[in-house]
Amino acid sequence: MKETPLSNCERRFLLRAIEEKKRLDGRQTYDYRNIRISFGTDYGCCIVELGKTRVLGQVSCELVSPKLNRATEGILFFNLELSQMAAPAFEPGRQSDLLVKLNRLLERCLRNSKCIDTESLCVVAGEKVWQIRVDLHLLNHDGNIIDAASIAAIVSLCHFRRPDVSVQGDEVTLYTPEERDPVPLSIHHMPICVSFAFFQQGTYLLVDPNEREERVMDGLLVIAMNKHREICTIQSSGGIMLLKDQVLRCSKIAGVKVAEITELILKALENDQKVRKEGGKFGFAESIANQRITAFKMEKAPIDTSDVEEKAEEIIAEAEPPSEVVSTPVLWTPGTAQIGEGVENSWGDLEDSEKEDDEGGGDEAIILDSIKMDTGVEVSDIGSQEMGFHHVGQTGLEFLTSDAPIILSDSEEEEMIILEPDKTPKKIRTQTTSAKQEKAPNKKPVKRRKKKRAAN
Amino acid sequence: MAEAASVAAESLAGSRARAARTALGQVVLPGEQLLLPEQEDAEGPGGAGERPLSLNAGARPRVRVVCGPGLRRCGDRLLVTKCGRLRHKEPGSGSGGGVYWVDSQQKRYVPVKGDHVIGIVTAKSGDIFKVDVGGSEPASLSYLSFEGATKRNRPNVQVGDLIYGQFVVANKDMEPEMVCIDSCGRANGMGVIGQDGLLFKVTLGLIRKLLAPDCEIIQEVGKLYPLEIVFGMNGRIWVKAKTIQQTLILANILEACEHMTSDQRKQIFSRLAES
Repeated sequence: MKETPLSNCERRFLLRAIEEKKRLDGRQTYDYRNIRISFGTDYGCCIVELGKTRVLGQVSCELVSPKLNRATEGILFFNLELSQMAAPAFEPGRQSDLLVKLNRLLERCLRNSKCIDTESLCVVAGEKVWQIRVDLHLLNHDGNIIDAASIAAIVSLCHFRRPDVSVQGDEVTLYTPEERDPVPLSIHHMPICVSFAFFQQGTYLLVDPNEREERVMDGLLVIAMNKHREICTIQSSGGIMLLKDQVLRCSKIAGVKVAEITELILKALENDQKVRKEGGKFGFAESIANQRITAFKMEKAPIDTSDVEEKAEEIIAEAEPPSEVVSTPVLWTPGTAQIGEGVENSWGDLEDSEKEDDEGGGDEAIILDSIKMDTGVEVSDIGSQEMGFHHVGQTGLEFLTSDAPIILSDSEEEEMIILEPDKTPKKIRTQTTSAKQEKAPNKKPVKRRKKKRAAN
Repeated sequence: MAEAASVAAESLAGSRARAARTALGQVVLPGEQLLLPEQEDAEGPGGAGERPLSLNAGARPRVRVVCGPGLRRCGDRLLVTKCGRLRHKEPGSGSGGGVYWVDSQQKRYVPVKGDHVIGIVTAKSGDIFKVDVGGSEPASLSYLSFEGATKRNRPNVQVGDLIYGQFVVANKDMEPEMVCIDSCGRANGMGVIGQDGLLFKVTLGLIRKLLAPDCEIIQEVGKLYPLEIVFGMNGRIWVKAKTIQQTLILANILEACEHMTSDQRKQIFSRLAES
């Protein structure tokens, strides 16, 4: 698909706004857009967002034989891809001029600046070295790809851990992450690209141009620098004449911006490390912002619920019972309880308690669904005895206990409901909740029969 | 639970097609088939078997129904092609069946006949202009379809200009065609948009909401600054205020108000009105 053309009015407006020192998103001349760094669950995987521009970085490693002339050095490989997902104008599988230029710039910025210690990637000289591959994918294009890509590359390299290796004689052993902790790469410094867009033959300058600003710019200057203010790469494109002072001023601005970004990266890495150590939640899914369209709340869409109860009952009656179910909640420490996975099967307990129920004169423990609240109240009015039956109204966590010392919730709405043994079966409503179904599905037909017997 | 869900899904699939009239305002899913009002009686309770014989059983009263976005004709039913809410508009006059469409959230525009859109002229070739409207292919616009244009008197349109026009041909197999006149040959607000102002893109859902007859946002924006504004159904908005600063503020507000609650919006508007 062709890219959307830029209209004359947009061009004129942008240039006039730049003359007035205004930008479309309200930034100042030297401002960066918001940078956000999020990490995946694996090591060496990150997404860098620069405003709406998004780059995914993924590092992988492999043991290969080294190049002949550099027997003791590991191999670094960078690959940036511009997919159609980023912008419809990018064609898949084609090396466009832009892509070649960006890839070359990345290589110069990261490999030629020797920011990674390649000697430390050597396992056996002349035989086995690590090949580190950095794959960068542009997920969304809103200008300034090179800055976002360079940040993503260095962040994912810093985040990456390679498997540990040991050499004993001729034998090379590769350890899995379980056996030995993976080791991080040794990184000397962090080069970061900063782009400057020039307008009107270099009269006006903007840092971090967005997509529309990139379209109207006359020339671009990219400076790659680390926080020690060492220039790693400098490239000017667009055929624009720059004065010595301008380049010097740009390098000063770049120094400030690189310091800020490096600090942000270190903070992000530290944060991720901390979260991982504490066992908190991490990964892309956790870092996605929940953005809702709230401006125009609509009336609620009606849903047909006329025969839901019948249908639910039908489904429950037809459904096959799940095979492994844990019936009783487990109290680990006061105030916490667990039901479900992670606890061994304890069917025996339930059967015991039911036996007790039977022996106790056919008293029933019936769980009333919260939907059936009204009938529940009705039943409780009739009852006069206190029996081991809990109805926890609020938590929705209902359980069977005859003499249970466990109380799952300290809800005040907890009420005791007592059933007379000689109640008519019609009054005792059968339970329809699916939560109940999960807990003791195998017992259901038996229980129903029992209930009738007890009631009569 | 998985079994229960599959049972529910089967029972949903097994049920017969819903009538379009009863599904109004409800969520419809792609692949769903909807019955039109005149078919409801035929396939309603009782079915075809118990229908009394009548002389003109084969000839049903014909009703003209327009399929809007997200719907397609499938035999004598409507086939849903997008996920969203089903909407209906009663016909203005006559005994038509009105327009049915599906309201959904998306950014990519698909040309629809009768939509007013903002396009960018990408090429002049012979007697037609190629106009980019954000769809899968550019629309064509004849130089004669401007108000007062004749063979001698050509409109002054340059490549890169903005055009506000209307689709007269838009279907999935053909190149869409635009005009800048209504059926009486009047411009009616359409034509080339001025050289100043700012063009920006928003989602299609936001545009539809902004164009709704009683949209609060537009009224609030109008109180803020004097402005000129054009909304294209293809998600493009052109806005022009007195100064560049004001234009930028307006553009940013309109873009941002999609994800704001009405309280947040009112707060921002009152703050802007003070400054």
